[in-house]
Amino acid sequence: MSDILDLTAGQALDRIAAGELSNEEYFDAYAEAAAGDELGAYLWRAQAGSANGAGDGPLRGAPVAVKDIFCTEGIETTAGSRILEGYRPPYTATAVRKLAEAGGRVLGKTNMDEFAMGSSNENSAYGPVRNPWDRERVPGGSSGGSAAAVAGRLAPWAIGTDTGGSIRQPASLCGVVGFKPTYGAISRYGMIAFASSLDQCGPLTRDVMDAAILLRALEGRDPCDSTSVGIEGGVELPSRTDLKGLRIGVPRELSADAEGIETGVTEVFERTLGLIADLGAEVDECELPHSAHGLSAYYVLAPAEASANLSRYDGVRYGLRAGSEDGTAETALVSMYERTRAAGFGAEVKRRIMLGTYALSSGYYEAYYGRAQRVRTKIAEDFAAAFERFDYLVTPTSPTVAFKLGARAENPLAMYMSDYCTVPMPLAGLPAISIPAGLAQPDGGGPDLPVGLQITSPAFTESGLLGAAFAIEGAIGFDARPGGTG
Amino acid sequence: MIDRDQVLHVARLARLELTEDELERMAGELSTILDHVERMNELDLDGVEPTSHVVALENVLRPDNPRPSWPREQVLESGPDPEGGAFRVPSPQA
Repeated sequence: MSDILDLTAGQALDRIAAGELSNEEYFDAYAEAAAGDELGAYLWRAQAGSANGAGDGPLRGAPVAVKDIFCTEGIETTAGSRILEGYRPPYTATAVRKLAEAGGRVLGKTNMDEFAMGSSNENSAYGPVRNPWDRERVPGGSSGGSAAAVAGRLAPWAIGTDTGGSIRQPASLCGVVGFKPTYGAISRYGMIAFASSLDQCGPLTRDVMDAAILLRALEGRDPCDSTSVGIEGGVELPSRTDLKGLRIGVPRELSADAEGIETGVTEVFERTLGLIADLGAEVDECELPHSAHGLSAYYVLAPAEASANLSRYDGVRYGLRAGSEDGTAETALVSMYERTRAAGFGAEVKRRIMLGTYALSSGYYEAYYGRAQRVRTKIAEDFAAAFERFDYLVTPTSPTVAFKLGARAENPLAMYMSDYCTVPMPLAGLPAISIPAGLAQPDGGGPDLPVGLQITSPAFTESGLLGAAFAIEGAIGFDARPGGTG
Repeated sequence: MIDRDQVLHVARLARLELTEDELERMAGELSTILDHVERMNELDLDGVEPTSHVVALENVLRPDNPRPSWPREQVLESGPDPEGGAFRVPSPQA
């Protein structure tokens, strides 16, 4: 049984194909593991024995954990918010439907920061998620439940969403692989909207091969999402073992000069650069001059889009409606809206709605939203210039290792800094993957915790990016595991 | 740099009821965040085109084929107060 949980999903699929493992046995091993979740990773779990059907297709009946931001027909979908408590969507998100069509089965719905707004999973209305490496620490966010479930062997793999780092940063903090594909690679239909020009679905997995297998099932154009285009030529499974002939750029602004970067993170990153050079790549410094302004642009654009997207939660069509006081007829409807949103949204969501509404309000629009959109252009141009010289760019994924629960909860800006290295890529729409690069102690001492390496490539070059990540993963040989998860 | 009255105004625009305590805290927190955001003002952005979407797409069309939508009952079930095949709300009129 523990033997089954030790397999990567790719290895398990091979065993199922060879008749050495039944898909029911595989599903039930994880359903039982998930039933014993002590990390707070799940909000809903499938029962053991509930896997039925042949489990055809490339995923062969394998269980997949799904972030609670994806609509699942008949299964409660809350996006981590009180305002959607009890909501059972009448339809299933395209990403989840495609997993099912490929033979995957939903193992559970994973905990997350409310509406994907957060970097620690502490903004969930349903309680925090604990990091399996140290339960006093956060798993990162917003896909914290998905990352913790995969790292804690409560799921073989999972899907999440990334708007400013919500797949890559928790993957980094939990020591797993997290991949945000190019904007448009995977349909957003049925994925509860946070910031529509940035949101993208992607896999969180044990290794790069598993990420490629899941991405293969997920990508594709969807008539229900007119911004989806899929990945031309599909996704090749990675096999690269060297980086000969490749030029790898190291943007100073997002590595050595990154704000708040920890010593241990820098050490692991520099060691990894040595391994990349040993694989035959030409490694050189480069510049992304506007990336230091990425966070500023992001924390205007994402809240602005969110303030519009979240206007739909008004107590009329789904979820919570706050009881009306004895308001006069004149104010009854508006006061119902205001009370429902006051009762249903948590502090961070309110903060972002306020920030976004302010940035879009009359007289401030050009100063905030207009400027942020122009910074976005400059950031995309920086990447384009860097990719004239380099095939891939590498940075640390997170400036720090996992921090303690509560450490940044009272300081929104400190929390936002968690996304320093991950925000520029979605602003430019680019694919980026985080892979475990080693362990390091936090500044000031503490346990050894995972450090992620982020690799970025030009739009729609997923196969190449996965190949490079696969080669680097092989050279790193990360085999550490979280203790104390039983 | 953003005061209590402005917070109150924005909260009304956002249809969000804030407690006294939230109003005070929000004014401080938003000011801190906006201070950081205003670092963008260091940049010369004259003549730079704004980006609203990163993938070059225009006029994505599909054939106009009618197909059934979700069952009305199922959609109404999600609402807090379905009534007579519709969502019932408090009166918007005086």
